[in-house]
Amino acid sequence: MQEKVHVSGGTALSEQDVHSGEIFMTEDSLDCAFAWDTGVAINRYLTELKNGRIIATECRHCNRIMLPPRLFCELCFKPSSGWVYINDTGVVNTFSICHVHWDASRIKEGEKPYLPAVIEIDGASAGMGIMQLLGEVEPEKIKFGMKVKAVWKPENERTGSITDIKYFKPI
Amino acid sequence: MRKVAIVGAGMTKFVRRALETPKELAYEATKTALDSCDLRLEDIDCVAHGSAPDAFDGIHQKGEYLADGCGGWNKPTMRVYVGGGTGVHAIIHGWHHIASGMFDTCLVVCEEKMSSAMPHAQGFFLTIFDAITERSLHPNLLWIFALEMNRYMQRYGYTKEDMALVAVNNKRNGLKNPASQFKDEVTVEDVLNSEIMAYPVSRLDVSPVSDGAAAIVLAAEPVARRLTDKPIWIEGVGWTLDTAYWGTRDLYYPRYLDKAARMAYEMAGIREPAKQINIAEPYDPFGYKALHHMEGLQLSPRGKTVELLRDGHFALDGNLPMCPSGGLLGVGNPIAAAGTMKVCELFWQLRGEAGERQVPGNPRLGVAQAWGDLMQVSSVVVVGN
Repeated sequence: MQEKVHVSGGTALSEQDVHSGEIFMTEDSLDCAFAWDTGVAINRYLTELKNGRIIATECRHCNRIMLPPRLFCELCFKPSSGWVYINDTGVVNTFSICHVHWDASRIKEGEKPYLPAVIEIDGASAGMGIMQLLGEVEPEKIKFGMKVKAVWKPENERTGSITDIKYFKPI
Repeated sequence: MRKVAIVGAGMTKFVRRALETPKELAYEATKTALDSCDLRLEDIDCVAHGSAPDAFDGIHQKGEYLADGCGGWNKPTMRVYVGGGTGVHAIIHGWHHIASGMFDTCLVVCEEKMSSAMPHAQGFFLTIFDAITERSLHPNLLWIFALEMNRYMQRYGYTKEDMALVAVNNKRNGLKNPASQFKDEVTVEDVLNSEIMAYPVSRLDVSPVSDGAAAIVLAAEPVARRLTDKPIWIEGVGWTLDTAYWGTRDLYYPRYLDKAARMAYEMAGIREPAKQINIAEPYDPFGYKALHHMEGLQLSPRGKTVELLRDGHFALDGNLPMCPSGGLLGVGNPIAAAGTMKVCELFWQLRGEAGERQVPGNPRLGVAQAWGDLMQVSSVVVVGN
């Protein structure tokens, strides 16, 4: 029996082909703008961040203190039971040292790498980590399990955003 | 439920930048799959097609645009869209169409063209993060992989060298695949010496940006038996979605896959997957991810996977070959098409048609898996001959 063809098409273009003028392209650029309403739960979260505090919601049914706070518990699907202030300290669950910007362009010489981490905030249930940045630390000195504390923007510079916390620093 | 078989498969070459439009790429893969089982479009009852983010192409509602290239004109056509999980998820949709008794034949086609996004497709991943609680940190997708890889390595004491072995294994397999976009073998040193993008992720730990398409033809049992003496049966399917609060779960274990895998094995009557499965195509957009997924697929004990990899257990001639196609690291990663490519590979392997990269010993059972969204969704298909 004749062997069937498995692969067809997928004509590779090289940089040279693209610049040769023989392959035509149509270009366009989109400029999309959005304004998101922050919602019932996160609006309160942001309000408290502006006040320099971290607030979570509690699910008494599942016995969880949930961060970020939420209107409902996704496990039992019951409404959250109430609000709880928690600490602005926590523990590094995992981290990275990132040398590229959001659009994959490389950071420039002298520019500091991004230090994203998953931080388990004290007072939230175990494992309730949030993504935040680390600061005031040499990248090579970051450790798993390292205790950290939020460094807040000065009160008059806070806008009700997750960036009201500048970063978390080791304590 | 009726039995469903794969009776044909086809794909394009995966390339960094293709001359073809998305629709043309889809056509090439679809026509090749139809020709492989001597069917014409009029023999096809319905189409399940898939493509991941619309943003890559800058074509909103891309499914409708793409349908012609997938043979979807004037047919019941349904698009699947679960990020990187799309390529295997689309096959599960196709399986539903036939298993339910609604249709006798179904084309499953997945396509991705990432090269149109300027300057780099990576930028669009910013928009998968939560708009209010995450996006203002300007994350990119590498962050989430780097955070997960670091936690996985720390949990089991693995090194970057251990993780580099996956790229070496998969890229070596990929060199034998005529669809691969790569020409060169890489060594552990090459991976370790490649640019650190987001520690611990280095450039060669990452699959490339690619353009490409892949397609399979599904048929109900009586039709399949008429069309071929080597139907490949879909024996099990499984899929689950974990919570979007990805920081809330510990990243060292892919919980999103655990349940999907068990669901597929239960349907297939597989009690000991690590012993019964002969070929694995875990989703490998990053090196460590293949190992992470082997554990989630219950094909390797947690924390013992590097040991097995080093012992040759997952090599092409090992007990459980991993990514014989070359995977995303060795063939290329046109997102949705990459998952379907994995099932094309199992189809060819289980029919003994995989050429130079044929797994020896007449493999009987294979599993393919894809993963996507915000570390959330997993789709699993078990196939057998």
